[in-house]
Amino acid sequence: MKPQGPTRRRGTIAAALAVGALALLLAPVALAADCPQTSLGDIEDEVMCPVCGTPLGLATDAPQADRERAYIQRLIDACRSKDQIKRALVAQFGERVLALPGDAGDDDLGDVMAYAIPALGILLAAGGIAFAVVRWRGRREPPVAPGTAPAADGGRLERDMERYDL
Amino acid sequence: MRRVVSPVPIAVLCVVGALVGLLAYGLAQNEPDRGVEQALARGDREKAPALGLPKLRVPAPGSDDAGSKGSLADYRGRVVVLNFWASWCEPCRKESPLLERWHRRIAPRGGTVLGVDVLDVTGDALDFIHRYGLSYPMLKDKDGETLESYGVVAYPETFVIDRQGRIAAVRRGPVDEAFLRANVVPLLEGA
Repeated sequence: MKPQGPTRRRGTIAAALAVGALALLLAPVALAADCPQTSLGDIEDEVMCPVCGTPLGLATDAPQADRERAYIQRLIDACRSKDQIKRALVAQFGERVLALPGDAGDDDLGDVMAYAIPALGILLAAGGIAFAVVRWRGRREPPVAPGTAPAADGGRLERDMERYDL
Repeated sequence: MRRVVSPVPIAVLCVVGALVGLLAYGLAQNEPDRGVEQALARGDREKAPALGLPKLRVPAPGSDDAGSKGSLADYRGRVVVLNFWASWCEPCRKESPLLERWHRRIAPRGGTVLGVDVLDVTGDALDFIHRYGLSYPMLKDKDGETLESYGVVAYPETFVIDRQGRIAAVRRGPVDEAFLRANVVPLLEGA
């Protein structure tokens, strides 16, 4: 038997309410899926606290750092991507807020040098130490003519031979 | 026989020497400029370093445009109480109402307070201005470019600049009624 008019209307209303409630429940999930996956911790290591002069992640007890974190969090909540947040920070604090060379995206020589100079320094230092060690060892061990043993070595060899009954 | 020295201690010495040099350089670089205080102690007034910065205002939506600029030169001929502050600076909150009172007091007599908001989020700074009802002109130094020339290392810091654009007094820390009375009033009367 088919439901009567008022009963049928009540069923329709109940169904509509259920659909509405489901939509409300799923809306934040859908919104979160659209949001870029950025976290405060992810950004903190790549930007500076300009007043403290340290990366933001290390500035634990500074009012300016707390304000900067709050600003970043507001941008995260507004679904901004990591790049957008960094650009917003540059607009607020200038390029010195970026902790990583090359992040400004201007590909200037300074960014290249920031990586190249330490690498070159390490290479030069390693080369210098290797060169010094080779020279030092060369000086310490005088050349030995083939087939001859230094007197001290000869004596030690003889003592060793006496100790073993060969 | 010539004694051959191991390169390892030499290398260690070089590294330690380089680190000590780097530390000394870092300490020397961090030493703030106190030329203003030295000049004042000699009885001299140094010319205030030039200052040209964007005016603090609500940015246009979606724009990085810094807007119109303001400078110290705009106030030539006036006594300027130049105040470096930030919205996150606790002592600045206590000092701001006093600066506002003094701005209203000195404006008709050829003086002004000029605020420089440093290393701050614009929205927070504007909230601060609104909350404390500040009416004096404000500039924004977003990356702290003027701090070095004025030797500013803490907030707030205030410089009293005479009508000739020279620094007549400085306060590293919050100002009080006595400081402003002692250093601003004589400059206004000397017009």
